[in-house]
Amino acid sequence: MSVRNHASRNETDVAIIGGGLVGMSLAYGLLRQGKRVTVFDEGDQALRASRGNFGLVWVQGKGDTCPEYAQLSRLSAHLWPELAASLQQDTGIDIELQQRGGLYVCLDQQSLQQRAKMLAKMQQDAGGDYPFEVLSVEQAREKEPALGPDIAGATWSPMDGHLNPLLLFRALHQAFELHGGTLINGKPVQHIKPQQTGGFEIQLDNHSLKAGKVILAAGLGNKALAPQLGLHAPVEPNRGQVLITERLKPFISYPTGHVRQTGEGTVQLGDSKEDVGLDTGTTADELGKIAARAIRMYPVLKKVRLIRSWGALRVMTPDGYPIYQQSALYPGAYVVTCHSGVTLGAVHAGPLVDWLLGRDIDISLEAFSADRFPF
Amino acid sequence: MQTDSPFNRLATTPAEAVTLEIDGQPFIAREGDSVAAALLAAGAVPSRTTPVSASPRAPYCMMGVCFECLVEVDGLANVQGCMVQVIEGMKVRCQSGARELTEGDFHEAV
Repeated sequence: MSVRNHASRNETDVAIIGGGLVGMSLAYGLLRQGKRVTVFDEGDQALRASRGNFGLVWVQGKGDTCPEYAQLSRLSAHLWPELAASLQQDTGIDIELQQRGGLYVCLDQQSLQQRAKMLAKMQQDAGGDYPFEVLSVEQAREKEPALGPDIAGATWSPMDGHLNPLLLFRALHQAFELHGGTLINGKPVQHIKPQQTGGFEIQLDNHSLKAGKVILAAGLGNKALAPQLGLHAPVEPNRGQVLITERLKPFISYPTGHVRQTGEGTVQLGDSKEDVGLDTGTTADELGKIAARAIRMYPVLKKVRLIRSWGALRVMTPDGYPIYQQSALYPGAYVVTCHSGVTLGAVHAGPLVDWLLGRDIDISLEAFSADRFPF
Repeated sequence: MQTDSPFNRLATTPAEAVTLEIDGQPFIAREGDSVAAALLAAGAVPSRTTPVSASPRAPYCMMGVCFECLVEVDGLANVQGCMVQVIEGMKVRCQSGARELTEGDFHEAV
């Protein structure tokens, strides 16, 4: 059997470190391309942003200082229906994707005007093709009757939407299993050793596996893993706190950056930002601010009970934009990390997989190289 | 509405009778009963259907944790029946699906 191809030395074509939304979206795309994929997931003690996020598939205002990011977000929103349909076909799970537009509510005139200006510039940068509207209080309340009078207005864009991130997470894991992916979970990866002959050895404390390619998709864990592969992933945690209400019959039509009603009736309130290290806790102070702002936007929430709260950590690069980078030192090793694992999920399962497999793609990922951050 | 129920009261210290309405029918409970206990004693189960799959539910944990005993109490939906004591004249309704915010809720809030 001396003519066996060299791939047989590897037990898997691609090893993905991290079984969150980013890792599983990549895994799903790779499996659909017929690759053998092994995902290493740290387990339930991991700082999963995938379990704590806001579920937005959001475009408006994203990438105001980086047109490539604006385009990438929009492309992903455009690709989401196909991914959602594919997951539903594979698993029967409806991830509650809704893309009927989104509102961004502003509480004072100054922030509304700033936002209008920012979106106008983004529209210009996009050659005019960037649909949005600036709504007065009356127009906003006409579109979304649950909004109260004590707001300055809102910006609306038909590009925005949301989904159920927990159902997405489950669908991705279920589809992964159905397509023959291998999940190794419960243990953190200790070392990743590039092999002399190409490929990589992934080492756990009692187990090791050889892979043709390795992708770091470990969220905040990428920071410590990247240097082993000559990569650079300067990500830092940023905490967001979230409140969840009792289940209510639908009364909110459009998601906003601060408040959305989920497909199952609960209302999710959020958008706090704190630098508190790796602490996923909650504070009465922040939750109070979140609740007060939500009530100002949607006064009827005053009559509604809260049932859950949590803190979760965003995975933030210094400029907030993703890192998509292949190692120059060890080709075949990549880092894929971003803040918007939900919004970008369809890009990760689609064009990014083609990029990982060395194919030509229509979009340039140069803007997302880690070289923009000094070591 | 003293109906057949799989739940039988154990002999305990005497307590005052409290009359409440369950889905419009009078039922005599005991002072100190929770609404959930009264529902079980009355055999008024299932006491709700779930918002997502519309499957039937009844009081389960009796201690405020499982949220299975959500019912409408005096016009307010999603009340945990096991955490509220019965009072004379209370009107309890079995609940179907999620709570509906009413015009009144919106007007009062603004």
